[in-house]
Amino acid sequence: MSAHIAFRGVSKRFEVKVRGSRQHTEFTAVDGIDLDVGRGEFVVLVGPSGCGKSTLLDLLGGLTAPSEGEILLDGRPITGPGLDRGTVFQQYALLPWRTAQGNVEFGLEATGVPRRRRAERAREFLDLVGLTGFEDRHPHQLSGGMRQRVAIARSLAYDPQVLLMDEPFAALDAQTRESLQDELLRIWQRTGKTVVFITHSIDEAVHLGQRVVVLTSRPGRVKEVVPIDLGDRTRQDDLRSSTEFARYRHRIWDLLHDEVSRAQLQEKEVVGA
Amino acid sequence: MTALLETPPQAEDRRTSAPSRPQRTLARILDALLTGAGKVVAIAVLLAVWEVAPKLGLVDSTFLPPFSTVLESWWDLALSGKLLDNTWASLVRSLSGFGLAVAAAVPLGLLIGWYKPVATLLSPLLEVFRNTAALALLPVFVLLLGIGETSKIAIVFYACTWPILLNTISAVRTVDPTLLRLARSMDLSGFRLFQKVILPSSVPTVFTGIRLAGALSILVLVAAEMVGAKAGLGYLINASQYNFAIPQMYAGIITLSAIGVLFNQVLVALERRFTSWRVPVGA
Ligand SMILES: Nc1ncnc2c1ncn2[C@@H]1O[C@H](COP(=O)(O)OP(=O)(O)OP(=O)(O)O)[C@@H](O)[C@H]1O
Ligand SMILES: [Mg+2]
Repeated sequence: MSAHIAFRGVSKRFEVKVRGSRQHTEFTAVDGIDLDVGRGEFVVLVGPSGCGKSTLLDLLGGLTAPSEGEILLDGRPITGPGLDRGTVFQQYALLPWRTAQGNVEFGLEATGVPRRRRAERAREFLDLVGLTGFEDRHPHQLSGGMRQRVAIARSLAYDPQVLLMDEPFAALDAQTRESLQDELLRIWQRTGKTVVFITHSIDEAVHLGQRVVVLTSRPGRVKEVVPIDLGDRTRQDDLRSSTEFARYRHRIWDLLHDEVSRAQLQEKEVVGA
Repeated sequence: MTALLETPPQAEDRRTSAPSRPQRTLARILDALLTGAGKVVAIAVLLAVWEVAPKLGLVDSTFLPPFSTVLESWWDLALSGKLLDNTWASLVRSLSGFGLAVAAAVPLGLLIGWYKPVATLLSPLLEVFRNTAALALLPVFVLLLGIGETSKIAIVFYACTWPILLNTISAVRTVDPTLLRLARSMDLSGFRLFQKVILPSSVPTVFTGIRLAGALSILVLVAAEMVGAKAGLGYLINASQYNFAIPQMYAGIITLSAIGVLFNQVLVALERRFTSWRVPVGA
C-alpha cells in the first residue's frame, strides 16, 4: 500500500505574545509527526483537547504550513489549499442564503462544472446523503443532522480524493450522530475516499476508523496507532455491544487516559503561572 | 436500523412535518388579518381621541383642532395643488439625497470593509463624521451651497451616508469566519470570495443601514426646509405655523408621517424580499 498521505517529521509552532510584554515565545502545537495514510483508508485521530488535532487537519488542508517537515499527498508536498481535499467543519459552514441544492452547487462552481451538470450532480449527492426532497430548503429550515449531511454532500460533490472531517458530529444528539456515522461508513465504502476524521468520542473512533491514531497531550506526538479490525461494519447491527468493540474501546481509553490527565495538569500550570 | 437509514430526515426532525399547505395558508391569512386589524384599531383610537379631545375642551382647539377640521384643510390644500407641489419638492430632494447616498456609500463601504489598510486609515475620520450630527452642519451647508436645491440634497446625502456606510463596513467585517475558512479551504479566488460569500452575507446588515437612512432622509430634509426654503413640506408646516394656519400645519404634518410610514414599508418589503433566507417567514 503506497502512502496516499504522508506526514514526514511534521512540527508546527505558533508565535505567541507573552502577556504584559512585547516579547514573543514559540509554542509547539504538534511535534515530529510521522504518519502514513493509505489510499481509501479511514483514519481517526483522537487526543486530549488542545493536543493539535485541528492544527494537523489545517496543515493537511493547506491552510497553514508546517514549521518543520513536510506533508506529501501522492508524493507531492502540500503547498496550499486545493479541491483535491474536501473539508467538513463542525459548524457545518453552510451559506444561509442558499438552499441545500445551492450549497452543494457552491462546491461545484469552484471546479468549473457546467451549470446544467451542476444541478444534476448536486441532486445526485443530496440523494447519496439521504436528502432527496429537501433540495429547496434553506439551512435554517433543516435540523443539525440534515445540515451536516448537506455539508458532506457539498464536500463529496466536487470529488476530492481526501475528506477532512474535524469533529463533524460533535454538535449532534446521540441518535442523529449514530445514524450519520453509519451513513458516513456507507458513503465511504461507496466512494472509496480517503478519510481523516477527528473526534473526541472513543466510541465514534472505534466505530469508524480502520486505524485510530492516539496523540499525546501538548505538544502533540503520535503515541500509538491502533488498527481496528471489526469486519464490515455496515453489515452489523449491534456492533457497538460486541466484546471486540469493547476491547478496542478499552484499549484506546487506556491510552488516552494518561494523556488527558497530563493535559489537565498542564492547563493548571498555565493558569497558575 | 435500515428503516432509520432510509428515512433519516423524518426520524430526525419534527419541524419539517409542518401542517399541510392549505391549512398553513389559511392560518397565515387569519394571522395577517388579526395583526392588520390590531394596527387599524390603534390608529383609529388615536384619531378618535384627536377628534374628541378638542371638542370636549380637554385641549385648546386653537392649537389642536379636531381631526375632521385638519382633514378638511388637507382636502383644501390638495385641491389647490399646493399639497402636491410641496410634497413633490420634498420627495425629489429626499429621494435624490437618499439615492445618491445608497449609490455612493454601499460600494465605498464594501471597499473599506474589504481592505483592512483603508479601514485603518479612514476609521478616525469616520468616527469624527459619524459623531457630528448632520443638522449641526446645516449652517455650513447653507453657507457653502446656498439655500437652493443643492444644499438640501447635499445635507440629505450627508446624513444618509453614515448609517449606510458604517453598516456596510461592519457587514463585510463580520462575515461568519467559518464561511471564510470554507472559502479558503476550497481555494476560492479573492474575487469569487467577494462575489459569492461576502456580498450575499452582507445584504441584511446593509439593508438595516438603508432603512435607517430612509428615516433620516425625511427627518433631515424637513429640518432643512424649515430653516430656509420656498417649497417643501417642511416649508409648508413652518409657514403655516407662522401664518397661524394651524389646521393646515397639521395637514402638512400628517402628510409627512404618511410618507414616512410608506417609505419605511417599501424599504421593509424590499429587505424581506432580499433576505427571505434569513428570517423564517411568519415567525
Ligand atoms: N493560530 C494559533 N496561534 C496560536 N496558538 C494556536 C493557534 N492555533 C492553535 N493554537 C494552539 O495550538 C494548540 C493546538 O490547537 P488545536 O486547535 O489543534 O487543538 P485540538 O487538538 O484541535 O483541540 P480540541 O480537541 O479542543 O479541538 C492549542 O494549545 C492552541 O491554543
Ligand atoms: Mg480542534
